[in-house]
Amino acid sequence: MPPGGKYDIPIHHALWAPVAKMSDHFDLTKLIFGRLTWEAIPYHEPILVATFIAVALGGIALLGALTYFRVWGYLWKEWFTSIDHKKIGVMYMVLGIVMLLRGFSDAIMMRIQQAIAFGDNAGYLPPHHYDQIFTAHGVIMIFFVAMPFVVGLMNFVVPLQIGARDVAFPFLNNFSYWMTVAGAVLTMISLFVGEFAKTGWLAYPPLSGIMQSPDVGVDYYIWALQIAGVGTLLSGVNFTVTIIKMRAPGMSLMKMPVFTWTALCTNILIVAAFPILTAVLAMLTLDRYLGTHFFTNDLGGNAMMYINLIWIWGHPEVYILILPLFGVFSEIVATYSGKRLFGYTSMVYATVVITVLSYLVWLHHFFTMGSGASVNSFFGITTMIISIPTGAKIFNWLFTMYRGRIKFEVPMLWTVGFMITFVIGGMTGVLLAVPPADFVLHNSLFLIAHFHNVIIGGVVFGVFAAITYWYPKVFGYKLDPFWGKCSFWFWCIGFYFAFMPLYVLGLMGVTRRINHFDDPSLQIWFIVAAFGAFLIALGIASFLIQLVVSYRKRDQNRDLTGDPWGNGRTLEWSTSSPPPQYNYAFTPRIHDTDSWWQMKQEGFKRPESGFVAIHMPKNTMAGMLLAGLCTAFGFAMIWHMWLIAGVSFATMLISAIVHTFNYDRDYYIPAEEVERVESERTRVLANNV
Amino acid sequence: MSLLKSIPKLFLIASAFAMLAGCDAVVMSPSGDVAMQQRDLIIWSTILMLLIIVPVIILTLVFAWRYRESNTKATYKPEWDHSTVLELVVWSAPLLIIIALGALTWVTTHQLDPYRPLDRIGPDRPIPADTKPLVIEAVSMDWKWLFFYPEQGIATVNEIAAPVDQPIQFKITSTANMNSFFIPALAGQIYAMGGMETKLHAVINEPGVYKGFSANYSGAGYSDMKFKFHGVSEADFDSWVQKVKTQGDDLSYDVYAQLEKPSVADPVHYYATVADGLYDKILNRCIEPGSVCMKDLMTSHSHHHGEGEAENGHMEGMHEHAE
Repeated sequence: MPPGGKYDIPIHHALWAPVAKMSDHFDLTKLIFGRLTWEAIPYHEPILVATFIAVALGGIALLGALTYFRVWGYLWKEWFTSIDHKKIGVMYMVLGIVMLLRGFSDAIMMRIQQAIAFGDNAGYLPPHHYDQIFTAHGVIMIFFVAMPFVVGLMNFVVPLQIGARDVAFPFLNNFSYWMTVAGAVLTMISLFVGEFAKTGWLAYPPLSGIMQSPDVGVDYYIWALQIAGVGTLLSGVNFTVTIIKMRAPGMSLMKMPVFTWTALCTNILIVAAFPILTAVLAMLTLDRYLGTHFFTNDLGGNAMMYINLIWIWGHPEVYILILPLFGVFSEIVATYSGKRLFGYTSMVYATVVITVLSYLVWLHHFFTMGSGASVNSFFGITTMIISIPTGAKIFNWLFTMYRGRIKFEVPMLWTVGFMITFVIGGMTGVLLAVPPADFVLHNSLFLIAHFHNVIIGGVVFGVFAAITYWYPKVFGYKLDPFWGKCSFWFWCIGFYFAFMPLYVLGLMGVTRRINHFDDPSLQIWFIVAAFGAFLIALGIASFLIQLVVSYRKRDQNRDLTGDPWGNGRTLEWSTSSPPPQYNYAFTPRIHDTDSWWQMKQEGFKRPESGFVAIHMPKNTMAGMLLAGLCTAFGFAMIWHMWLIAGVSFATMLISAIVHTFNYDRDYYIPAEEVERVESERTRVLANNV
Repeated sequence: MSLLKSIPKLFLIASAFAMLAGCDAVVMSPSGDVAMQQRDLIIWSTILMLLIIVPVIILTLVFAWRYRESNTKATYKPEWDHSTVLELVVWSAPLLIIIALGALTWVTTHQLDPYRPLDRIGPDRPIPADTKPLVIEAVSMDWKWLFFYPEQGIATVNEIAAPVDQPIQFKITSTANMNSFFIPALAGQIYAMGGMETKLHAVINEPGVYKGFSANYSGAGYSDMKFKFHGVSEADFDSWVQKVKTQGDDLSYDVYAQLEKPSVADPVHYYATVADGLYDKILNRCIEPGSVCMKDLMTSHSHHHGEGEAENGHMEGMHEHAE
């Protein structure tokens, strides 16, 4: 080897440091605390200190309340250690809501900064802080808001829709959840201990390399995503197997509800895509920790490889997020139109085509990186082709409404809002897929407006529609429609106020991630956008109020039939709300895509005798324990605390092995208990029909 | 295309774009031929897509209203879920639009490929026979732009100038972080990456001072990574070069070493002379005395393995594609 370039990084800088130190003199503090010192606590930043005090007070109040009302045991037994897919689904949704508040706080801080930072006014966020905020906003919204929402919905709904009692690997499901929480926890810790990455949400090298970002920020990013990624991958495996192997008899693939179909495709995407993220982050880790040169400028490294790999994961990720919501809209539009979904077969094929094509478009994220015209046109055209099945889906929803009897309950409002908003986002997306147009719009606020248009208009609207739709199934009472409507209108109008100005700004040549501006003519657009963000804040507040109000009015809005919308079509509406722990006393037999609709029409009678004991998996704390150790390991790796990292990793391995020898994993719900629950339901139904 | 123009609705859309152009939307009213063609492409693509988007939005609202629960006069067919004719329509309508847009994409992507030397300086304005493109070498640094004019032998920081109607060839690289070289009024952007050279061909058609900047986030000083691009007459360009030569310093390797240190919001600076082969050494990452240049590294590797011929040029790798 010739002597390297100017960044000839010797291997010493990270991993061997303690070894080298030890040979000099045994430095215990360094070995235990790594590079973590009191300096890492940002007590000189008033915004962070105030946030910390608020979070700490809120946390203490919450913990105090939990202790006062003696709910720790209940939470531990009924929720944290639960392997019931329904409860895990709810916990995912709670995680999503909590992290939405964090991610949205970041959003509103950015909006305020950009609305005021003009000319001599530098705003209130220096680059050091601002750059962390937009990175954290992206990471949190994708990995710890959208993903938990999507996985949570699938958790709750899929086993019920296919007539199963749980997922294929119930313990794994609990473990996946806690791994996702572990990633979120590490991200949150970075707020108060050290800092988060200042690289943008995909951490492109060389900026994310050790030369340009020697601080802990990128390491928080890497370990939070690696740990959460393990959870997501396992969850993908779990649901793929569940859907393939655990459908009720008679439910052939082409009789699966559309939501389950989209869930299947999403999980296949997860299984195929997430290992790529794991691998690319592992290589970045090696570059940062061991001085390898995968993505550096020198010694044969090439950042373009990272950018290709991260988008080979990243583009399917977009469809991982949106496909299940396409399924949600399909269920909702059919239910509230009181009509079969138009073109079921065509919907299924459209979903599968999108799944396959989502792997053939990644390069459209960097047309401007200098690929040739033929390569660029290929990826531009494959991207446009995805709009064909997506367009077909939109038309199918449209023709489901055609000659229906549409009830404009809150989920249907979200759906109509989605259809109008999403086609606009789809159009600007196809525009960005035309390479020469992308050359002038890439990295601009036009791009930002586009992907918020599809993610808010598609994923977020879909999640709120789904929450409202299945809430009575989960908790046994409907959500209050007044606050639901408030939430919808604030979100919908707020979205247009917040993001239409960004389209305009993009056409004015304004790029993303800018901290302050010179041109005063831009300011009005940013003020309008900030106003939009304020409206969205009211939308989120309305949603939270809705949860409280609905809980207080739960007795008026109780669902005693199990089919609260009166028009339920799929299997989950055939069981009680909330469903019994075992979901179905007898595994149903399926004859139709809209199985519950068909059962109702043929005068289905619930079996009222002949119950048998039901085999169920047992709760376990192993998931929490392993994820807790993983959090400790991640934190130790971030701060170079090699001793703690080693110990926690070893403990984690041993715990996982020990857990495999735990054979006390299942139990039977006695037939008498099943009979008691079922006859109670018979009584309730008799009183309410 | 001419048939499309007959639809009055489209004029409304076009006028909406024109209004955007009025409010200083540089992407919608650029001053260079390449950016102008990109603008036209944006408008035509949007019109093509609106052909399907507008009916969908209208139908959504019409169906939502017409089939509302309280309108009991409307037909209700709860079991109707299939129509072969409609299925054909819903798949083929987007398909037709995409075929048209795909063809447009293929042609324009090749026409407007930033690596392709220009064949015109404006609509129906071929390049005069004796015109050679002006070469500008752009280097993105932490966090400023360094420009070399190899033919004029000068260099500048955060300012460039070029004569109106003369083709420009930019060669672009970076010292550390990835940036994106973007002058919206002139032409689309292209990434600036360390150890690699990207290219951009463009021409400015109207005199003026235009904004240039990095369009790809590159760290703490990114927001101030701006420069001015002056489109000037040929005579003014010559006097600008003279000004640089009279006011400028010498850009030696020592001065460059100082310049390379990260800095934010640097003022414009001129260099009357440039050390030999400086751009080449930046590109090949061998500024430090004694370090081996990447192009030589590549050459020795290819000899060693006997694979292919030694490349004589820069490490262009994937950037050298068929014209």
